[in-house]
Amino acid sequence: MAVRRPAKDQPASFEWTPENAAWCAAQMKKYPAGRQASCVIPFLWRGQKQDGWISIPMMEAIAEQLSMPYIRVYEVASFYTMFNLAPVGERFVQVCGTTPCMLRGANSLKDVCKRVIGPENRVTDDGKLSWLEVECLGACVNAPMIQVSTRDSDHYYEDLTPEILEDMLAAFRAGEAVKAGTANPQRHTSDPEGDDTTLMDPSLYDGSRARPIGKLPNSDTKPAAG
Amino acid sequence: MSDTRVIKVNGEEVEVPTDLTLLQACEIAGEEIPRFCYHERLSVAGNCRMCLIEVKGGPPKPVASCAQNVRDLRPGPDGSPPELFTNTPMVKKAREGVMEFLLINHPLDCPICDQGGECDLQDQAMAYGRDGSRYTENKRAVEEKYMGPLIKTIMTRCIQCTRCVRFATEVAGVDDLGLVNRGENAEITTYLEKAVQSELTGNLIDICPVGALTSRPYAFNARPWELKKTQTIDAMDAMGANIRVDSRGREILRILPRLHEDVNEEWISDKTRFIWDGLKRQRLDKPFVRENGKLRPARWDEALGLVAEKLGATPADRIGALVGDLVSAESMKALKDLMAGLGVKHIDCRQDGAPLGEGGAGRAGYLFNSGFAGVEAADAILLVGTNPRAEAPVLNARIRKAWIGNLGLKIGLVGEAADLTYGYEHLGAGPGDLISAFEMLDGAERPMVILGMGALARADGRAVLKAVASLAASRNVVREGWNGFNVLHTAAARVAGLDLGLVPGEGGLDFAGILKAARDRDLDVIYNLGADEFEGRDLGGAFVIYQGHHGDAGARTADVILPGAAYTEQNGVYVNAEGRAQIASRAYFPFGDAREDWAIIRALSDRLASKLVGPLPYDDLFALRQAMIADAPSLGRVDEGPTGEEPLDLGALGVEGPLDGAAFRYAVDNFWFTNPIARASETMAECARAMAGVEKVAAEESVR
Repeated sequence: MAVRRPAKDQPASFEWTPENAAWCAAQMKKYPAGRQASCVIPFLWRGQKQDGWISIPMMEAIAEQLSMPYIRVYEVASFYTMFNLAPVGERFVQVCGTTPCMLRGANSLKDVCKRVIGPENRVTDDGKLSWLEVECLGACVNAPMIQVSTRDSDHYYEDLTPEILEDMLAAFRAGEAVKAGTANPQRHTSDPEGDDTTLMDPSLYDGSRARPIGKLPNSDTKPAAG
Repeated sequence: MSDTRVIKVNGEEVEVPTDLTLLQACEIAGEEIPRFCYHERLSVAGNCRMCLIEVKGGPPKPVASCAQNVRDLRPGPDGSPPELFTNTPMVKKAREGVMEFLLINHPLDCPICDQGGECDLQDQAMAYGRDGSRYTENKRAVEEKYMGPLIKTIMTRCIQCTRCVRFATEVAGVDDLGLVNRGENAEITTYLEKAVQSELTGNLIDICPVGALTSRPYAFNARPWELKKTQTIDAMDAMGANIRVDSRGREILRILPRLHEDVNEEWISDKTRFIWDGLKRQRLDKPFVRENGKLRPARWDEALGLVAEKLGATPADRIGALVGDLVSAESMKALKDLMAGLGVKHIDCRQDGAPLGEGGAGRAGYLFNSGFAGVEAADAILLVGTNPRAEAPVLNARIRKAWIGNLGLKIGLVGEAADLTYGYEHLGAGPGDLISAFEMLDGAERPMVILGMGALARADGRAVLKAVASLAASRNVVREGWNGFNVLHTAAARVAGLDLGLVPGEGGLDFAGILKAARDRDLDVIYNLGADEFEGRDLGGAFVIYQGHHGDAGARTADVILPGAAYTEQNGVYVNAEGRAQIASRAYFPFGDAREDWAIIRALSDRLASKLVGPLPYDDLFALRQAMIADAPSLGRVDEGPTGEEPLDLGALGVEGPLDGAAFRYAVDNFWFTNPIARASETMAECARAMAGVEKVAAEESVR
């Protein structure tokens, strides 16, 4: 992770869409008066989904909406790496590079991204793609994996190989839909590859091996003193 | 529930209040705890981990002593007192470990660091650190940040203690600073690298425990051990902040605050701290005499002879004397005696024209009677015609402290709306709104009125004073055991001047009257002791003697200039707005031929001896002080704050009269240029530009 700074080119202003403005108003009602600052992360996330990234006018607009100093919003936005402080591609590829994925070949996925998309955090000329190495996304069982974010979705693409990823990126660029989830045809979600190999005894599931419960824990409470 | 508790620190029993932190408790027991992020006047952050100690019976790990209260300690198994240890191997190892981590990313640039020699990290690394480093990787580097014209940043040295963020947010009341990014990339910055919009930014330099925030004007100038440190008193505003002047030879290099709980705590304003380059510029370092419309350098002999000749030849009722804002009590006393000896009645020290020190109201009629610390006891504060942020920034910080600490505190303002860094109710703009504004004090236990010069220094000042005094009386602002009637002066010399009675006597002209009379050619000679804040260069045909230290407005009108000493160059008594007499000391000698102010007047009296009863009866400062104290005993009670017992007859203040409807105009409209020293200072000019939003002055680029 490198030092994150706001983008050089900033839009002149920020405006919620009517739909988001209504959503914001509803969120603010969830908190007691004077505690509206609690909304800052949801608002930033909503703003990022609206514009794709978080601009300075957006942070300032949110700060004013929530009666916070600008710097406090900026602190939050710069702290969480999920907030993009600079524009990203239409499909924003986040390659997990943490240990399990790294051991399963994340480095070669990064090489593909570098070759196909370009340097990290740089949007392609057509605006379709950009990529970033991120920390663990919690899908280690399907390593290596990427997350692809668009304005209205965040999907995991798992069990990747450099070849699969390359095809995938070409499809993304062409605007085609790609099936999310594991890319290994032998796997269903995070199940093991192929058929089950363990825990296959039917008696495990018919209740016959369950130990009868004599009494529930803490069920015999002492009578209250006095 | 008892308020104190017995605990054991390193085996010694001590009894400490339960609301103290373990760190404070250990200090009471005489144990020093190293710390970086902890600061008595800021909230607890607990992020430097340097204050780790061992708590017996607690979790089997070191405890951050700044972040736990004595109240939360568990007693021993048999009810014995809880035990703390600061000298065990576990504590030693913990400190060494923390120090090693702190030093991982701290550059080893002490030889070129301005904090060197007075650096907490340096000292504590010596005292508590390991002897070497095991770290061989690259250190991180952080980009410099811009924080305004006063603060130089070397952010690579920052250890992220966040003291500066907490100071700006809590004390200064400006949410400009923050800690952005995270982990290894965390860095302190101002929002989009704008200058910190506060008058207290210099204090960031003091609270920074390392060399990340240092003084830009002082950069690469000196090492602390080369400097002569003089404990003295500030004269930039009427607070009388306690300062330490660091000088080398004849050169003043920096000004730092001294601790005084009742006056400035440990803060000073930027004007107080960075004024010193003004003390080196535009100085009057030799006597001048006007010849053919131009001032030319002269010798003392000639200048004093000319002055004596003029004063001696002019009838007393055609002489006027003006006294400025930065003058010490001793020189005022000397001038008073000289003028009294000549029979001059037209003398006034109230440069702004506020009608104070008149009538029979007594001394309490022009003092900040509750004391600055009393602000924290009030439960309702009404500011009348004053913007304390500009007139006394450190007092403003104290009002903010009271506002944060006491949720029930109500603050109201009559005057132009301004950003005071705390919430207040805007109750009106001018005298017409006073009656309704005072309703705010209804039902308050300890109501307080702070009356500024903006309300008094105007044509209807006496009527405003009368109105405020009678309204204050109706709200019990002054009663047994509480005096909330506070006058906030803007000039350091004013209270001493009023104590000495430097106000026109019967038939005498006041400040504006003297100026007008000079213009109307009713006065022939004006003796101006350091007064520079009046408008209008034209003083008619009057012969003007200016005694002062800076070539400013006063000197430009002068026919003879007698070069005096500034507040850092002579020993003198200053009385702050509370009425607290404090002694300023000479840090270095005046420039060139300039002399101490009282000595000039004494020398002049020698030449006028035939006209006076004899020269002024004091040959040294001690004798002068004796005479001064005999004249005004309050000046002898050094560092004695307001007792609240001083009698105050509110009814005797001011004069009934018609009130002007015009809004109050604050006495200070540009904080950075309130006196001749400040106007001579380039640093002040730069600050004024930065605060006005003229962004990123050139100084910043030159550092990059």
